[in-house]
Amino acid sequence: MMGGTSGLEHLDELYESIILDHYHNPRNTDPLESPDIDVEAHNPFCGDEIHIQLDIENGKVSGVSVSGQGCAISQSSASLLAEMLDGTEATEALELVSLVRRMMRGDELSEEEQDQLGDTIALEGVKRFPVRIKCALLSWTALEDALNG
Amino acid sequence: MTLDVEKIRADFPILERQVGGNQLVYLDNAATSQKPRQVIDALTDYYTRYNANVHRGVHTLSVEATEAFESARAKVARFIGAEAPESVIWTRNISEALNLMAYSWGDANVSAGDEIVVTAMEHHSGIVPWQQLAARTGAELKIIPRTEDGRLDMAAAERLITGKTKFVSAVHMSSVLGTINDVKKLADMAHANGALIFVDAAQSAPHMPVNVVDLDCDFLGFSAHKMLGPTGIGVLYGRLDLLEAMQPWMFGGDMILTVSYEDATWNDLPYKFEAGTPNIADAIATGAAIDYLDSIGMEDVAQHEDRLTSYALSRFKELDRVKILGPVDSAQRGGIISFNHKSIHPHDIGTALDQMGIAIRTGHHCAMPLVRSYDVVAAARASFYIYNTEQEIDALIEGLKKSEEYFLK
Repeated sequence: MMGGTSGLEHLDELYESIILDHYHNPRNTDPLESPDIDVEAHNPFCGDEIHIQLDIENGKVSGVSVSGQGCAISQSSASLLAEMLDGTEATEALELVSLVRRMMRGDELSEEEQDQLGDTIALEGVKRFPVRIKCALLSWTALEDALNG
Repeated sequence: MTLDVEKIRADFPILERQVGGNQLVYLDNAATSQKPRQVIDALTDYYTRYNANVHRGVHTLSVEATEAFESARAKVARFIGAEAPESVIWTRNISEALNLMAYSWGDANVSAGDEIVVTAMEHHSGIVPWQQLAARTGAELKIIPRTEDGRLDMAAAERLITGKTKFVSAVHMSSVLGTINDVKKLADMAHANGALIFVDAAQSAPHMPVNVVDLDCDFLGFSAHKMLGPTGIGVLYGRLDLLEAMQPWMFGGDMILTVSYEDATWNDLPYKFEAGTPNIADAIATGAAIDYLDSIGMEDVAQHEDRLTSYALSRFKELDRVKILGPVDSAQRGGIISFNHKSIHPHDIGTALDQMGIAIRTGHHCAMPLVRSYDVVAAARASFYIYNTEQEIDALIEGLKKSEEYFLK
């Protein structure tokens, strides 16, 4: 028996349809004119690159742009981040980061916390593929660093 | 002669393994090879029957350990056609061999204004130690570029290797492109200009006949784990007169002849470069790996992989959205195929193939500048060895087709 006899059914746990949708149609990719926060993150081991720009008005995220290149997980995660962030308070954004990180760690999340994550909950399956967690967290970690400036 | 692949496969216990319900298809041999039972047994045998330190005991176990350790060194010397076992230094891996060269030979012989020449295809370990030497000494590092079709630009090499060149360090087979470089020709260029050459045989020694006399190289290195041996051990070969003239790089036990509180004198070759208790078990197991390769014959190893590579290259043509980095014909090329898909990132391909039990490498393959010269930041890589079959290449191609269906649905 050679490899490849069983199919890719388990891959759906990793690549939820929301993830593939964000990968193929990334949100908020148009660059901002004069962003308050402008940060780049890359993972040298796989070459993933993410560029995050934020406009912040009165402590609120009023504009987001996220672009980059890399695998489906890193890029969809960044796109989800862009979608989630628009209109949030900077402090909420930091809470989101810690929620995403806890989700990757496999922590039990309350229903309220799951709601807070919105579509980003689609990344939950990544925790079963430990080598890919870094891909999922790349943009969130960069955001956290930028907000903590 | 054709390899009896079924017989060979039976010697590798790990090939029985299932991954995700599929039989393992191991195509990551350029990263590390699997180990035959004979090598695993050599380790167990040493630890269960004659574990003892070498070169320092009169008791039976120490004598046996020393004999096995030194006989492994002699096997390595014979394997690469070296003049004497003393010209073979045990290191942790080829990276350590290159660092030894840059520190011991480099610091003593390279100064401001000198040039060190390497190829565009070097592994990071063939670039960074020389970069650091250049930074320490004020020397300049020159890079022999690659051609469009993934060969070494030998005309540029002619121009770059000059009277200013002190040292050339060149990879024999690219770990990314699979290209086999004409290091003999580079050796001729170096020698004509009074320079010396180190050959990185990490990917060639496991897969084809490598002979230091035929290559006319002054130094050569490789790691055992890529050629059926254990991790944590490698080899630096050097011409005896050159090694004699070099200063030790690390100091401690075993490498000394006499020690006073004020001073010390150095032991003879090869011990001058082997401070401390060496990696005895892994050296002995490396000897077993060489015995195994010898029993097949390196010509036949190379032929088998050449056949697999030709077959793989022809089957890759079915994937019109896949681009191969490096030579697309099998001439002067080893069993390493790096590739990129137009629309699927290498990591996603790697994860999908893993679901089917197929192990490949993804990333920059420790050759960032080379991979980036293809305008990509990462690539997928399949690499073959003696136990791989055409059916496994079929599994790879089918796996890639399934990945396309999945990601591009």
